[in-house]
Amino acid sequence: MMSTQPRLVEVRQNVLKQNDLLARDLRRRFHQAGVRVVSLVSSPGSGKTALLETALTLLRPHCRVAALVGDLATENDAARLARSGAAVKQVTTGTICHLDAQMVKSALEEWNLEELDMLFIENVGNLVCPSSYDLGEDLRMVLLSVTEGEDKPLKYPTIFNTADVGVITKIDLAEAVEFDSQAAHDNIQGVRPGMQVFEVSAKTGEGIEEWLQFLKSGITERVKVLTG
Amino acid sequence: MHELSIAMSMIEMAAEEAERRGGVQVHAIHLKLGQLSGVVKDALLFSYEVACEGTLLEGSSLVIEEVPVVVYCQTCHAETALASLQRFCCGSCGALTSEVVRGKELEVVALEIQ
Repeated sequence: MMSTQPRLVEVRQNVLKQNDLLARDLRRRFHQAGVRVVSLVSSPGSGKTALLETALTLLRPHCRVAALVGDLATENDAARLARSGAAVKQVTTGTICHLDAQMVKSALEEWNLEELDMLFIENVGNLVCPSSYDLGEDLRMVLLSVTEGEDKPLKYPTIFNTADVGVITKIDLAEAVEFDSQAAHDNIQGVRPGMQVFEVSAKTGEGIEEWLQFLKSGITERVKVLTG
Repeated sequence: MHELSIAMSMIEMAAEEAERRGGVQVHAIHLKLGQLSGVVKDALLFSYEVACEGTLLEGSSLVIEEVPVVVYCQTCHAETALASLQRFCCGSCGALTSEVVRGKELEVVALEIQ
């Protein structure tokens, strides 16, 4: 009997190709519909939902906003965000620790993107897995709350490096927890040099206006690009 | 822990490729894994073994080539490997840089077949 030696054949395929293709598709649809898409990533409990509730409430009079929220289980976040009056949809992922492009695509099926100016996607609270999955967003925002400690960026460099903007939340608690703001900023800049970072408190409203201006300026830029 | 779903995608991909080549047996998958891919090597190796069970790839192995993060420096134009993921700076002049040239790979590069 003739035996053949194993041989190596070149394949070259991105393992997440399917996700990347779907994300590219989504990004094209978002651009065509003129909707700016911002995703939020952070560890659990760092204040994504509180910040989002504030943003939806304050942005709603000025533009058409909506949100998708990812969680392993429960519809609590969606119910909380719906109080803002904006369109909100919960994506429950079951045991999956992140959102992927297919989940976003399915969640958007009943929505008309043309009727939106801005869409937020709140990822599952997790600083590891979401970093690998492109969701078609324009902007990935990473949150860090003052109660988590200044060294979070050093512990999770990948997610901070793949984000576009940083937001330090619960700044009203900074003094109580002896938050070292300078160290936090240095750590963020160490893993993602040049990243713009906002400091906000959804509770007191500190820094919110500046942060919202930044989000809204993105819409204006988009409108300029589309019409100009 | 998203390594399991990544292992399953790889196995599916390899099984399809084996099918295309006339049902050959796959002995190993060779993968390039960037340090900045968000995927942990050990977790992936463990998941791979579990995910292979009961598939065409049962008994096959996963060969991982880790790819260090390489950054481009706009100040001195050097491409250098990062000494630490905690500090994105040029290995030549020390300037901070966020331009990643390599290190995000999650790519099946070859299959060992018979």
